[in-house]
Amino acid sequence: MLTANNTMRITQIVNVHSESPSVKTYTFLDKLCSVARPGQFLMLWIPGIDEIPLSIMDATNGLVSVSVKVVGDATRHLHSFEAGATIGIRGPFGKGFTESQGRVLLVGGGTGIAPLMFLAKQLRTKTEHLAFVEGAKTKEELLFVNELGGMCQEKNLITTTEDGTAGLQCLVTQPLASLLEKEHFDMIYTCGPEIMVKKIFEITEHHKLPLEASLERLMRCGIGLCGSCMIGKYRVCRDGPVFTTDQLREVKDELGISKIGFDGSRIPI
Amino acid sequence: MENSPLSTTLAGLQLSNPTMLASGITGYSAESFLRVAKGGAGAIVTKSVSTQPRIGYANPIVVQAEAGLLNAVGLPNPGIDIFAEEIKYTKTLLHVPLIVSIFGYSAEEYTIAAKKAVDAGADAIELNVSCPHVKQTGAEIGQSPQLLSEVVQQVKAAIDRTLIVKLSPNVTDIGVLAQIAVEAGADALTAVNTLRALAIDPETQLPILSNIKGGLSGSAVKPVALRCVYDIAEVVDVPIIGCGGISNWQDTVEFFLAGASAVQIGTAVVNDMEVFCAITKGVDTYLRKKHYESVKEIVGRAHRK
Ligand SMILES: Cc1cc2nc3c(=O)[nH]c(=O)nc-3n(C[C@H](O)[C@H](O)[C@H](O)COP(=O)(O)OP(=O)(O)OC[C@H]3O[C@@H](n4cnc5c(N)ncnc54)[C@H](O)[C@@H]3O)c2cc1C
Ligand SMILES: Cc1cc2nc3c(=O)[nH]c(=O)nc-3n(C[C@H](O)[C@H](O)[C@H](O)COP(=O)(O)O)c2cc1C
Ligand code: FES
Repeated sequence: MLTANNTMRITQIVNVHSESPSVKTYTFLDKLCSVARPGQFLMLWIPGIDEIPLSIMDATNGLVSVSVKVVGDATRHLHSFEAGATIGIRGPFGKGFTESQGRVLLVGGGTGIAPLMFLAKQLRTKTEHLAFVEGAKTKEELLFVNELGGMCQEKNLITTTEDGTAGLQCLVTQPLASLLEKEHFDMIYTCGPEIMVKKIFEITEHHKLPLEASLERLMRCGIGLCGSCMIGKYRVCRDGPVFTTDQLREVKDELGISKIGFDGSRIPI
Repeated sequence: MENSPLSTTLAGLQLSNPTMLASGITGYSAESFLRVAKGGAGAIVTKSVSTQPRIGYANPIVVQAEAGLLNAVGLPNPGIDIFAEEIKYTKTLLHVPLIVSIFGYSAEEYTIAAKKAVDAGADAIELNVSCPHVKQTGAEIGQSPQLLSEVVQQVKAAIDRTLIVKLSPNVTDIGVLAQIAVEAGADALTAVNTLRALAIDPETQLPILSNIKGGLSGSAVKPVALRCVYDIAEVVDVPIIGCGGISNWQDTVEFFLAGASAVQIGTAVVNDMEVFCAITKGVDTYLRKKHYESVKEIVGRAHRK
């Protein structure tokens, strides 16, 4: 009844790469996650410490990569790990992004860029036009700028920083609004802080454009049983983490407003 | 629905079909309960709630075993005062009975939480007596005849709704504890909660769950749960709700034959939130094929001598 994906596999980190002062990419061998689709996530066990949900940033030839930002205890422990360290993996879990053709726009903030990087790699040969808007607090935290610039051509990559150290000085949502005034897109994909996703949803609704957004909620079981990750009637771990425009409309009273906290109560975001 | 072979009454609760969502499975919000009811559940049991909020254990809280799942979520819940609002809201939307699961560390705590749940609109109370008794670390309230009796009596005296007691399988003779619960006032019994279990990773040589030990559920526990229901049916007359490893109509029929009048489904929701609907259909076909008019006719059939 239960799935192979949910069995914990013990593996070793084969490579660690620093992306920014606060983000490192970890690569390890895992067959099941190496065939994951962009937008799916895994649960990474830091033995004796914690188990945390992470988006899959890349997957090829049995190798899987995740990009992790230091925010607390678990991620700090993980950042102390070097190649050879032992970790446990469950997954891949959830529903990924759907593939679309034509003119496609990706919008990301913070580590929300990770699943979009994976998606961009798959889409670049399949789409007619690929554009990317990436935002961060400051220049050093803009992730994968070179890789993205290569994939969608320099002129189709717009970067924003809150302090103006690189790109436009504004939030990632600002160039999006003006871009959608000028150009048509067949599909928009996003991942990042929920407040940002909510704003992007409002903009795409205004332009009547389809959106697929990946959401982050408190994850415990990762398989749809414990109820920690619910938004409306949906379990983010199982029915998401990628949600369509229709689904986002159904949960708009909660999107960017409230979530279920560690004690199961509804708390503001 | 009245004429459906599947509709039944269980200790005063009207059920359009005898399947229920087990406690702790997507069990916090009205929207989730509504979705499960749409998936065919005849009743909903909420996550276990206590007088005080709890945040539960750190991850990992689940680990998969052969044919089953270990969990040690640690009973995270917002506390009855906050959850009462969710109960009220749920009652405005839900058309099947809402059973609120309660746990505590003393008879007083159980009673306070149960009363508040009833005041908020709970149709029935299920007592989860499988949580540890604080003064006697490690032991569960449901393993101590005296404590079990005390908890059930006090709650029974304080509420005027159906009182269900959910028993632990981690005991030598579940029949004895079932009799004690019934003598103390239980209107129905749920059998069973998870089996105490452990998972160790050989590579890191560490237990995987942050809480070290957890409870086993899923297919692996079905034969144990079935035996528990059979044992209980031999010694008490109140309705029994079978629970443990049920994932299809065949499992459900087996529990009815062992003596259950209804079933609860937990881990199998992992595959399908509409599992209730599939089970109901299967049981319905079985009953028609065997020429029964009501599911009640097969309850306890395996006990005939
Ligand atoms: C589907 C999904 C994909 C994610 N992908 C990435 C990624 O690719 N890269 C990345 O750096 N981060 C990602 N995260 C966030 C990451 O899981 C958290 O940053 C991490 O769990 C924090 O753990 P901590 O102990 O270091 O921090 P803590 O101090 O424990 O918590 C810091 C904050 O992280 C969040 N958090 C903590 N535990 C969890 C949990 N179990 N589930 C969800 N959120 C939690 C909470 O909002 C908390 O306030 C993702 C989260 C989800 C739900
Ligand atoms: C993730 C999870 C959380 C649970 N939480 C509770 C709970 O809060 N209260 C309770 O009485 N039982 C809880 N249980 C036990 C189930 O209600 C059920 O008794 C047990 O899982 C056996 O049934 P199953 O094999 O159909 O899952 C939980 C089980 C799981 C898997
Ligand atoms: S994390 Fe448990 S239901 Fe989603």
